[in-house]
Amino acid sequence: MANIEELKSFATQVRRDIVRQVHKVNSGHPGGSLGCTEFLVALYQEIMDHDPSFNMDGIGEDIFFLSNGHISPVFYSVLARSGYFPVEELGTFRMINSRLQGHPTTHEGLPGVRIASGSLGQGMSVALGAAQAKKLNKDHKLVFTLHGDGELQEGQNWEAIMYAGANGVDNIISTVDVNGQQIDGSTDTVLNMGDLKAKFEAFGWDVLKVAEGNDIEKVIEGLKEAKQHTGKGKPVCVLLTTVMGNGVDFMMGTHEWHGKAPNDEQLESALAQNPETLGDY
Amino acid sequence: MKKYTYTEKQDTRSGFGAGLAELGKTNEKVVALCADLTPSLKMADFIEANPERFFQTGIAEANMMGMAAGLTIGGYIPYTGTFANFSTGRVYDQIRQSIAYSGKNVKICASHAGLTLGEDGATHQILEDIGLMKMLPGMTVINPCDYNQTKAATIAIAEHEGPVYLRFGRPKVPIFTPADQKFEIGKAIMLNEGTDVTIIATGHLVWEAIKAGEALEEKGISAEIINIHTIKPLDEEAIIKSVKKTGCVVSAEEHNFLGGLGESVARTLAEHHPAPQEFVATKDTFGESGTPEQLMDKYGLNAEAIVAASEKVIKRK
Repeated sequence: MANIEELKSFATQVRRDIVRQVHKVNSGHPGGSLGCTEFLVALYQEIMDHDPSFNMDGIGEDIFFLSNGHISPVFYSVLARSGYFPVEELGTFRMINSRLQGHPTTHEGLPGVRIASGSLGQGMSVALGAAQAKKLNKDHKLVFTLHGDGELQEGQNWEAIMYAGANGVDNIISTVDVNGQQIDGSTDTVLNMGDLKAKFEAFGWDVLKVAEGNDIEKVIEGLKEAKQHTGKGKPVCVLLTTVMGNGVDFMMGTHEWHGKAPNDEQLESALAQNPETLGDY
Repeated sequence: MKKYTYTEKQDTRSGFGAGLAELGKTNEKVVALCADLTPSLKMADFIEANPERFFQTGIAEANMMGMAAGLTIGGYIPYTGTFANFSTGRVYDQIRQSIAYSGKNVKICASHAGLTLGEDGATHQILEDIGLMKMLPGMTVINPCDYNQTKAATIAIAEHEGPVYLRFGRPKVPIFTPADQKFEIGKAIMLNEGTDVTIIATGHLVWEAIKAGEALEEKGISAEIINIHTIKPLDEEAIIKSVKKTGCVVSAEEHNFLGGLGESVARTLAEHHPAPQEFVATKDTFGESGTPEQLMDKYGLNAEAIVAASEKVIKRK
């Protein structure tokens, strides 16, 4: 296992990358990105057995699908800093002719991305197809996904959740980023989804809760436990409680920073809270 | 003029089922998905022979399209099966993002297209699917005309890397194309050469175009008849060459005239060789319940309509 302090400083650099990316083009989604930083760092630096030389089919390796594509800044930063493409390319985020589109896409051939996402609710279905392909290929590696909690309001998710439970797709670990926020306010006020654990369980899933989704040790612990639950006839769900905007005090715990970029002053404050660790791009 | 005859009628969906069964034997990468319509799509033979390569998604088409996209990751060639309405309009965003934009090698196979679905009525009779699919960048759109051609197309698209929309139907129609044909995506088929009018037809309207050609010959009109089984990419060269000779064109399809084959033909001619055109197609309307024959007659999608359109367009030259 990697040194926890090293992973924490990796995460700090990713947070810098996130705010710098969105500040430069005055657009993008920092809130959810910051909230999922520890999750993605844990996944790519500790949990998944993956190959940054990147092959689309991903046979013989663990693969990941980002369903809530708007948190592309954290995805791009973690991919780049895990060796999928040069970190300098983060400076092209959302710019014309860039491989780093506003929402992730395979269209420009960016290594590490296996499906376009952005229009919400589609990632789990794609992941289930990939999971079934792994079974056909007798490939015992796993498929990981990430979804926003608000994203679960999209009906397609429940088609997929029903399919996975009914068919015992037990080589998938789907994590839900439970930050309780969405564009129009809290998830409870916009469209209350009730007890997500009970819902997933009712659809035949094995559900784990990780209460401290921004504590990288706890995230790693939770995901390692989730891996132990695979291969037992049920799909595995991790309900990961996070704080939107985590690590930048004025962005924390509010939906206000879902899709808003910091100004120069705010950037300075955000960077001061997250000192350079691996070198800025 | 070449005479076309037939000894048997069969539904094009059965051609799909036969092609899929054949692929089950010859291509181990082909997998199939269906949203609770396996009898309608004639998928039983494939499923029986390859149960591990079949995925029943239940009545959940959005999930089916996403799963199909995912199955390509790992090297498979997924064929999805449901009615044309549920293969396109219901799941347009899933196809757009997870399949077309993502460049996934999914074959979207759609039965019961158009009015000839019959008695179920307009909720199921999609007349907009060609337009929806042809507008997606990178999507190939194919609408074969009979059992043999549908079977050949089903087999051929496995060799084509990229998303394909394959459209076929429910009614039994004459089998007049060869059983051993090689299906070439994007290649028009010249059925009869003529000099007075070009008739460009797709799907079930191809046989009607042949019958129209015979009726026109009796009236002393020489019709050139072209089967456009691939609407995208369109064989523009064949169309331009023919219309340069005849000077006018009739397009015929079981689809709305907005967004269909006719519009693709009109765009091609507007760019390269403007010429008068008449559209045998539905005219910005929904369908309704009735027998296939009654509906094709009421909405003007048969040989008689093609004859009338041909006489009209010739006068506009």
